[in-house]
Amino acid sequence: MSIGLLTLIVIALAAAGFLIGRQLALSKAGGDIRRLHSLPGYYGQTVFLFTAVPALLLMLLWLLVQPLLIETRVTSMISATDIPDGSSASLVMTDVRRIAEGIDLILARGKLGETDIAAMRADLADVRSRLAEVGVAVGTNVKPGVFEAAKAYRDLSHSGHLALTVAVLALALAGFGYALSRIRPEFRARNVSEGFVRVLLIAASLVAILTTVGIVLSLVFETIHFFRLYPASKFFLSTTWNPKFGGGSDLGIWPLIWGTLYISVIALVVAVPVGIFAAIFLAEYASKKVRAMTKPLLEVLAGIPTIVYGLFALITVGPVLRDWFAQPLGLGTSSSSVMTAGLVMGIMLIPFVSSLSDDIINAVPQSLRDGSYGLGATQSETVRQVILPAALPGIVGAILLAASRAIGETMIVVLGAGAAAKMSLNPFEAMTTVTVKIVSQLTGDTEFASPETLVSFALGLTLFVFTLGLNILALVIVRKYREQYE
Amino acid sequence: MTAEATNMPAKARPSLYAIDPRTKRRNAAEKRFRLYGVAAVGFGLLALVVLLSSVLGSGLGAFRQSVLTMQVPLDAAVLDKEGTRDPAAIAKVTTIAYGKLLQDALTAELTEKALLPAGMKPKDVGGMISKEAPAQLRNLVLANPDLIGTTVSFDALANGRIDGFFKGRVTMESAKLDSNVSPVQLELAQAMRDAGLLALKFNPGFIFSPDASELRPEAAGLGVAILGSAYMMLIVLVLSLPIGVAASIYLEEFAPKNRFTDLIEVNIANLAAVPSIVFGILGLAAFINFGGLPQSSSVVGGLVLTLMTLPRIIIPARAALKSVPPSIKDAALGVGASKTQTIFHHVLPLAMPGILTGAIIGLAQALGETAPLLLIGMVAFVRDYPAAPPEGFFDPASAIPVQIYSWTQRADPAFTERASGAIIVLLVFLLVMNSLAVVLRRKFERRW
Repeated sequence: MSIGLLTLIVIALAAAGFLIGRQLALSKAGGDIRRLHSLPGYYGQTVFLFTAVPALLLMLLWLLVQPLLIETRVTSMISATDIPDGSSASLVMTDVRRIAEGIDLILARGKLGETDIAAMRADLADVRSRLAEVGVAVGTNVKPGVFEAAKAYRDLSHSGHLALTVAVLALALAGFGYALSRIRPEFRARNVSEGFVRVLLIAASLVAILTTVGIVLSLVFETIHFFRLYPASKFFLSTTWNPKFGGGSDLGIWPLIWGTLYISVIALVVAVPVGIFAAIFLAEYASKKVRAMTKPLLEVLAGIPTIVYGLFALITVGPVLRDWFAQPLGLGTSSSSVMTAGLVMGIMLIPFVSSLSDDIINAVPQSLRDGSYGLGATQSETVRQVILPAALPGIVGAILLAASRAIGETMIVVLGAGAAAKMSLNPFEAMTTVTVKIVSQLTGDTEFASPETLVSFALGLTLFVFTLGLNILALVIVRKYREQYE
Repeated sequence: MTAEATNMPAKARPSLYAIDPRTKRRNAAEKRFRLYGVAAVGFGLLALVVLLSSVLGSGLGAFRQSVLTMQVPLDAAVLDKEGTRDPAAIAKVTTIAYGKLLQDALTAELTEKALLPAGMKPKDVGGMISKEAPAQLRNLVLANPDLIGTTVSFDALANGRIDGFFKGRVTMESAKLDSNVSPVQLELAQAMRDAGLLALKFNPGFIFSPDASELRPEAAGLGVAILGSAYMMLIVLVLSLPIGVAASIYLEEFAPKNRFTDLIEVNIANLAAVPSIVFGILGLAAFINFGGLPQSSSVVGGLVLTLMTLPRIIIPARAALKSVPPSIKDAALGVGASKTQTIFHHVLPLAMPGILTGAIIGLAQALGETAPLLLIGMVAFVRDYPAAPPEGFFDPASAIPVQIYSWTQRADPAFTERASGAIIVLLVFLLVMNSLAVVLRRKFERRW
């Protein structure tokens, strides 16, 4: 039975439970609604929730755990001799899974029966061509051990699936029966079902925590894995980044950090003055009409996907900078450069700085302005000497948030900054960043368990820690500032 | 205070009407300061205009494609040797035979109109037709075997270089250095255009066809990417809206003020600012390596984008719930409703427009997100449309932004035009979603 069908059955059962529960409550009260503790719908709701929620939760949990259990059991069946040279147990497991799928396909086409499969042996029959007939390509000839493992894999997943169906249906029915047995006129159905709903609400808000835990766990585990294969001291201290296919790579993080910071600084040099002046203009000078027109237009810049900025850097800004600045000045011939990426990223960050600064400038109490004007200060003097100092902590928070975005930005640098890892001061040279290397190392063709691939998790962890620090700092500053005037 | 003020020595001033240098300086500084502000806003708006016009300028070409119109005799002796019209037998004829048919048809057409330059080989004539055209003709015949033996009018895509010639990408000079196209072919193409055999026509294939390989940019389309993006948006909507609304109801209405609630709140604020690529790493490690879900499928993409969108839905949803006045709650509680009833019957419906606006904007951001999808293998070359949901969620698919990225990585400049064109499609989708959000807000916004 497919998972979708099973879900539908459980939900249908629960819906039926709702109607039956409601009817049962009414009939137990003799049709007199006043004798019931709660409205009849709540009795139905308890049946619905008790039927559907535990059963569906069990199903979810089962689907997560079952592949893991089967995997470990089948992996232990594969002996070392079944693993060809240059391959690994995980690659053999992929073969096992594909063969198992292929067997299912052969059965579905009706070419062979269950008993034929059980009797089939890889050293006697040509399994590979059989599988090719149904469109499943297996790289090498199937070894007997692998074929037996595939059969076991298939049997285990089939019986697991059957057990799942039975368990879920049993739990749904048990919940159904239990909830129905509790229905009595004095049963506090509303309190029970509201309690249940509240648990669901709490569970929903826990998703945020689970996500963070998931991010941290996946980064930390793979990073530890990486440091087992590659010394941490070389990663943190070396200044060469030179991954090689055959191993023996240099994976020093410093050239990447240098590129990241260089590009971010250029981006901030563009975005911060423009953003702050735009915010001052919009908050203090612009008439209502101008403000209503320009503010949303500037915010459009924040709504444009970063891939669009990336393409803009690649096809417009990069060539222009190369032909008009870099080549005449003799500084470089590459269209992707730190300057290209930094400039485009700066444009992207303008609305981040300006919107937040605008809010903060607006939050400065009018009395401060009036006091300043009363002393005879001009508008610009008021802004510079009264409003900006008062808003400074908030503006610093906004800049920190923008910096964290700049460091974590990916598509602009992938398309605009280049891929050469070096530490140079020339802004018209191509350099690379942490995010670019995460993408290139993880989308490459190297094997997953090699240090060249796993390094992206260490890079990701570095990035996560960096941006987390900046975000928390910014949040604390902004929050503190808000309290000051509220 | 007053005594001090009156005691201040009176400065000698020539006249109240004459502006002294210091005031002049201050006024000038004021003007300059204001100008900086105008310049900053102007710079931002200028950047927006340049950005949009550069993308529009280079991308509009993708919607029009050079097409060669010709009469193709579908020779029964070639396409159906036995004359049985048996679909299996017809399917055995490969695209090579169809390519030959097209080449002969075009040569015949050119000879008839006396356009064929002396000494031009039939192979070079055939080279002007896209490598995709034979496959299209074959599909046409397979769909309707009765066409065999008749002569059909067929619109064949022109080769990408010929197309580039009419869009200014390929010039006579560049053709001399190019092994894929010769100046003779370009001259012939110009002559054919003058004779009406070749025309730039609207190209629906760009929206509906799947991606095409490196050598045939003229046939590449966004079909699979649009479908994949739609699947992912469906998953994001179905998962993140209920979870996000439930979480914000809990945090806004039920949660006690304690450290645990604080932890959740800090978490949500943080997740909203975590770089999107980190979510891609999470998807790779948790959903693909640990959970065993298939790579580059829309279900993994949808889950990753859901986790990313959640905080972006929760934050505006909480603001919307907060803006419902307490008097409504008090009234409901006063007539005996329970807290849950108050929230679900009164507060939530009133906050719904605000919540939906936030959700649509969050969804629009998810639609444009690229980096996390690259990491879960969506850059793979996918030519087959995913099946209908729910099974189709597990099929390999692409997404619009990822398709844009992979087109920028290809060598032929024709793909740059495709990428810009795809951005136009993406921006149109975003524009529609954001306008929907604005309309929703305008129509249902209530000022209490």
